Amino acid sequence: MSDAKLALADGRRTPVWQLVLRYALLLAVLALTVGPFLWQLSTSLKGPNEDIFSSPPQLLPSEPTLNNYARVADIIPVWDYALNSLKVATANVVTNCVGSALAGYALARLRFRGRKVAVLVFILAMLVPIEAIIIAQFTNMRDLGLNNSLVGVLLPGCIGAMNVLLMRNAFLNLPYEVEEAAFVDGANTWQRFLRIALPSVKGTLAVVAIFAFMGAWDDFLWPLIVLNDPENFTLTIGLNYLHGTFANDERLVAAGTIIAVAPLILMFACLQRYFFRGVGEGAVKG
Amino acid sequence: MNTPTAKSPAEKAGAHSPVPLPAASSGVTTAGPALRSPGSAAGRRAGGGVRRQLPVTPWLFAAPGLLIAAAFALYPFLSTLVNAFTDRRALVPGEFVGLANFQELIHDEMFWIGLRNSSLYVVGVVPALVILPLLLAMLVQKHLPGITFFRSAFYTPVVASIVVVGLIWVWILDERGLVNGVLEMVGIGRIGFLSDEWLLLLSAMFVTVWKGLGYYMIIYLAALANVPKELHEAASVDGAGPIRRFVTVTVPAVRSTMVLVGALSAVAAFKVFSEVYLMAGPTGGPAGEDTTLVMLVQRVGTGLTGRVGYSSAMSVVVFVVTLGLMLLVLRANRKEDV
Repeated sequence: MSDAKLALADGRRTPVWQLVLRYALLLAVLALTVGPFLWQLSTSLKGPNEDIFSSPPQLLPSEPTLNNYARVADIIPVWDYALNSLKVATANVVTNCVGSALAGYALARLRFRGRKVAVLVFILAMLVPIEAIIIAQFTNMRDLGLNNSLVGVLLPGCIGAMNVLLMRNAFLNLPYEVEEAAFVDGANTWQRFLRIALPSVKGTLAVVAIFAFMGAWDDFLWPLIVLNDPENFTLTIGLNYLHGTFANDERLVAAGTIIAVAPLILMFACLQRYFFRGVGEGAVKG
Repeated sequence: MNTPTAKSPAEKAGAHSPVPLPAASSGVTTAGPALRSPGSAAGRRAGGGVRRQLPVTPWLFAAPGLLIAAAFALYPFLSTLVNAFTDRRALVPGEFVGLANFQELIHDEMFWIGLRNSSLYVVGVVPALVILPLLLAMLVQKHLPGITFFRSAFYTPVVASIVVVGLIWVWILDERGLVNGVLEMVGIGRIGFLSDEWLLLLSAMFVTVWKGLGYYMIIYLAALANVPKELHEAASVDGAGPIRRFVTVTVPAVRSTMVLVGALSAVAAFKVFSEVYLMAGPTGGPAGEDTTLVMLVQRVGTGLTGRVGYSSAMSVVVFVVTLGLMLLVLRANRKEDV
């Protein structure tokens, strides 16, 4: 048995037992990473008469129902919260894409006095840890009268310094000759930016958009501090609230978490290329 | 001090440039001869040739970004530094009190508990997040049928919000949850993962590692792609087994990436908030014994009676320690290069 070999794509031959071991490990890690999500999904589908605490645990619902998704809306306005999250995340995508593309282009391609200082401002802003300024950020926001509003949730991250620097890098990596030719043909700054440079950095822009959406949708600490009126909660804050209520039913919490995570898993399934690319581009600047 | 010649080109690339991922390198942004570093001829020529613009145009382009960076990163940072030396409260402006906040910190038992827990978090999480994702990356590196599915599946926890992840594990580790159901079934009996002070901290660390695995796996995958195959083959010919090849070939080749992962995960671990907040509750357990430093900052600084000055002093500690951790890791890296 151990002498049996399989030819792989790279032409090398691997003993069968090694392949079996590899797939066994892959499946074990798969169970560990995806299993918890499936368990949560299963819990969210279990009927009111099922014993969700049984031992041995019951992996599949015996009376599957979608009722929990309706019932969770009776306790917290979960769909309103989802809409709030969607608003903040969508706005965050727009502001980050527009703001960082504009600033990144200026830093990469336009000459002006103080450009180096501007780059430094973004580098320093990127290095400030959010957790260390969170209280000052809150008093700041209260002075502006924006605490407890979705605008207040959005503002601090609406043009990420790291995104500006990512876009700057992307523009620097473009060949300059095309823009030069456009310049000779009489194109002004805005035209060169919009018609020539921007279409060439779509990939990086997609990365910025995806991480802006995910960052806003998943964020917890800042919305927790800036929002205190349940009316304006985002989904993550609403879930935390639901978890703390006395009506705590595991089936409902499970339904709520599935509502919160499903859109992102779907998005990831469609756009994973950009998710992975974002890790690579963001890691060094962390 | 640095001996650049001792480093392989692959290693240097891993340390200084955004890790180029094989799957993503087909993008339009890396077209042909355009790879110029910032500040090189490209940047200067860009400016040199361009004069057909109003002097104010570049500032209009950069203004929104600069405004946000100044107002929501630099300004709050400076006001945190200033507030740390005042007795400012949520609704009272406060006055300069010198080092009084820091003196109070030294005698504040909760501060030491928070500092202890956040530090323990670094000690517990960093080794796991440096080593496990590397092993995982090696597991999914080979082009086997279905491997892209496994890579994506392992990344799923990264995509989910920490709140979702925290609540999922609160339910799994519950007194009557999945894990305890299984433990009881096999006769071990139920374990209070979320009620014991130390088990809770360990469980939270486990959740942090679980959520971070896929992220660092992707970073390692890019680094592994740069390890020349010939090295492994040469080592094989010399009779080195898999473990020996891992220690003598793989680890040295991805060492700078390991340092990067160590630095990133150490800084993130020290600032831990959400995992413990969700698993232990807002106060970090009945007597606050599982409180972390950032939880303390949040608790002390918010609310109508929030002590902005005092919590700013704690924030300064958070900032100084994370900066120190970063420098420590980078310094350790440099020393080993000598």
